[in-house]
Amino acid sequence: MNLALAKNETGRALSDSFAVARDRLPGTGKVAEARSAAFEAYDRVGLPHRRIEDWKYTDLRALMRDVLPLAPAPDAAALARAAAAVKLQAIKGVRRLVLVDGVFAPKLSELDGLEKGLTIRTLREVLEAGDAALQAQLFTPDVANPMVALNSAMMTDGVVIEIANGLVLTQPLHVVHIASGTAPAAMFTRSLLRLGKDAGATLVESYIAADGATAYQAHDSLIVTVGDNSRLDQIRLIEDISEAFNISSAVITLGAHAHFNTFGMTSGAAVSRYQATIAFAGEGSRVETNGVNLLNGRQHADTTLFMDHAVPHCASREVFRAVADDRAHSVFQGRIVVRPNAQKTDAKMMTRALLLSDEAEADNKPELEIFADDVTCGHGATTGALDESLLFYLRARGLSEKEAQALLIQAFVGEAIESIVNDDLREFAIAAAQRWLEARG
Amino acid sequence: MSLLEVKDLKVRVEDREILHGLTLTVNPGEVHAIMGPNGSGKSTLSHVIAGKPGYEVTGGEILFRGENLLEMAPDERAAKGVFLAFQYPVEIPGVATMTFLRTALNAQRKARGESEYSTPDFLKKVREVAKSLNIPQDMLRRGVNVGFSGGEKKRNEILQMALFEPAVCILDEMDSGLDIDALRVAADGVNALRSPDRAMVVITHYQRLLNYIVPDFVHVMSKGRVVKSGGKDLALELEASGYAQFEDAA
Repeated sequence: MNLALAKNETGRALSDSFAVARDRLPGTGKVAEARSAAFEAYDRVGLPHRRIEDWKYTDLRALMRDVLPLAPAPDAAALARAAAAVKLQAIKGVRRLVLVDGVFAPKLSELDGLEKGLTIRTLREVLEAGDAALQAQLFTPDVANPMVALNSAMMTDGVVIEIANGLVLTQPLHVVHIASGTAPAAMFTRSLLRLGKDAGATLVESYIAADGATAYQAHDSLIVTVGDNSRLDQIRLIEDISEAFNISSAVITLGAHAHFNTFGMTSGAAVSRYQATIAFAGEGSRVETNGVNLLNGRQHADTTLFMDHAVPHCASREVFRAVADDRAHSVFQGRIVVRPNAQKTDAKMMTRALLLSDEAEADNKPELEIFADDVTCGHGATTGALDESLLFYLRARGLSEKEAQALLIQAFVGEAIESIVNDDLREFAIAAAQRWLEARG
Repeated sequence: MSLLEVKDLKVRVEDREILHGLTLTVNPGEVHAIMGPNGSGKSTLSHVIAGKPGYEVTGGEILFRGENLLEMAPDERAAKGVFLAFQYPVEIPGVATMTFLRTALNAQRKARGESEYSTPDFLKKVREVAKSLNIPQDMLRRGVNVGFSGGEKKRNEILQMALFEPAVCILDEMDSGLDIDALRVAADGVNALRSPDRAMVVITHYQRLLNYIVPDFVHVMSKGRVVKSGGKDLALELEASGYAQFEDAA
């Protein structure tokens, strides 16, 4: 069918809103041209819908209906509300970088005493005055994906982090996305992390709302390059309010003998989609991705991963655990491509879903496309309810129904959470899971 | 007042009546053995006392210290002091034994309006009990019963019994799957918990267990009823003559 014709009225409204927002979007010349091209790419399709295979389970046209207008830059009151929210979500021993309503907030961030070899700039700075190569890198993600294209067109701010060769950061970097707006609005952020050779870093990203925030849309994207012999640990926690939308994308490219360990947990937002491409560009590298969904009410959370084994001798492990209660809907799409010369690839994917109610739904879509002949690839998926015999054992020992369920849910997601290496960060993720369990009552 | 009174209990599972009017009275300090062939309803009785779902009580009642036990959820029964040592303790991967023990003990104490144990007090108590039962510390760090041998699983049940200090313990086929040495350790653990305030109901197919846990009363079950009751000598009698004589009586 003709997608251009299928575009609805809200697409038109957004065209107007892009025109209006343009003056507020950083960058001129090539940057502005790239924005326009990205917007046109988005505009040709509009919000993705179920007839686009990749969005079959997450029909944004039905779920999101329209893209909200660009959020205003935060005023003093908004920053004060954001500061209070940051305090509640503080993690011990991290360097905090805060984005409020899509704008970098220097007063809430910690930019003092940067290690030698660590550079942190805002996206705005780089788009306005960065070197052309870095600016071009910021536009590398594939604009064939409409939500990435929209993000490229509308991105207002973010953090651009560069870590020099040989620098192993011991202090995790924590990028906090906070929505504080009291009127419905959309935020568009993009961040970039360049990790040099023989380097190491831990990146934490969390998505939260300040007290009083109303329905909002967080549109975020992340570009990461991991140099040869380097290690990156990443932890993402989506704890947006229950009226919010979170649409995030990531493109991670690994050099040779690199190690990428990533954990993501979604317990918030009405509708969320996290789409990540992890590309092996150098031999001998390893990726572990661990994901958890904790959903209730009518929440919809989609994790779509594309593992691109383009070179030989790389290994990937994907573990995903979904817990869905009430009428929640969990989606996991895992695509693994092993390209023709990527011999000795070792790729495994295991997804498990736990349904706590008859009306909850979990969709798992594994896709393996293997073009090399000397590889080890596998996937498995299970869906089920809590084991009645385990529940009775726990209740016979004095645990209430909710307590027994909570303990078994913790155990179910525990394997994924245990993958977090840093003790404080693991505790932080466990606390986020606890908050979800306690909210169940 | 009796501790546990089962009166004329009738129980169905799906369309089949398993217990046809069973009566049993247990007083504090007493140890009762319930013996009987497979399918006589021994395990059904233990499950109904503990509150396992899937059983329909169609007649009679169970009173615990005069209160209607059948109206209570399984966790309420546990907090009141009813403990079932499972014939087949389940494995719970991902839940560390120590976490499980602390959560369970504190849930029971909270339900009784008692203060929760502090972590150091709790650890001290668990270590003491574990030591007396020959349970190594590393077992407590593992997932509940995960990778435990048959004997270790049963010892873990007795550890819980010692920790929760219930008023009545139902031991469901504690001897199944145990060799003689494991049985002796388990039985020693149980005997250490005998007290004038606590009653035990020992369910077993074989007389052998009763050499180690010597009962005050022995009841023979057949086809969903108690068909004969007596002292500890009744078990020896059964050992010699078998259950066949009671099949017709029932």
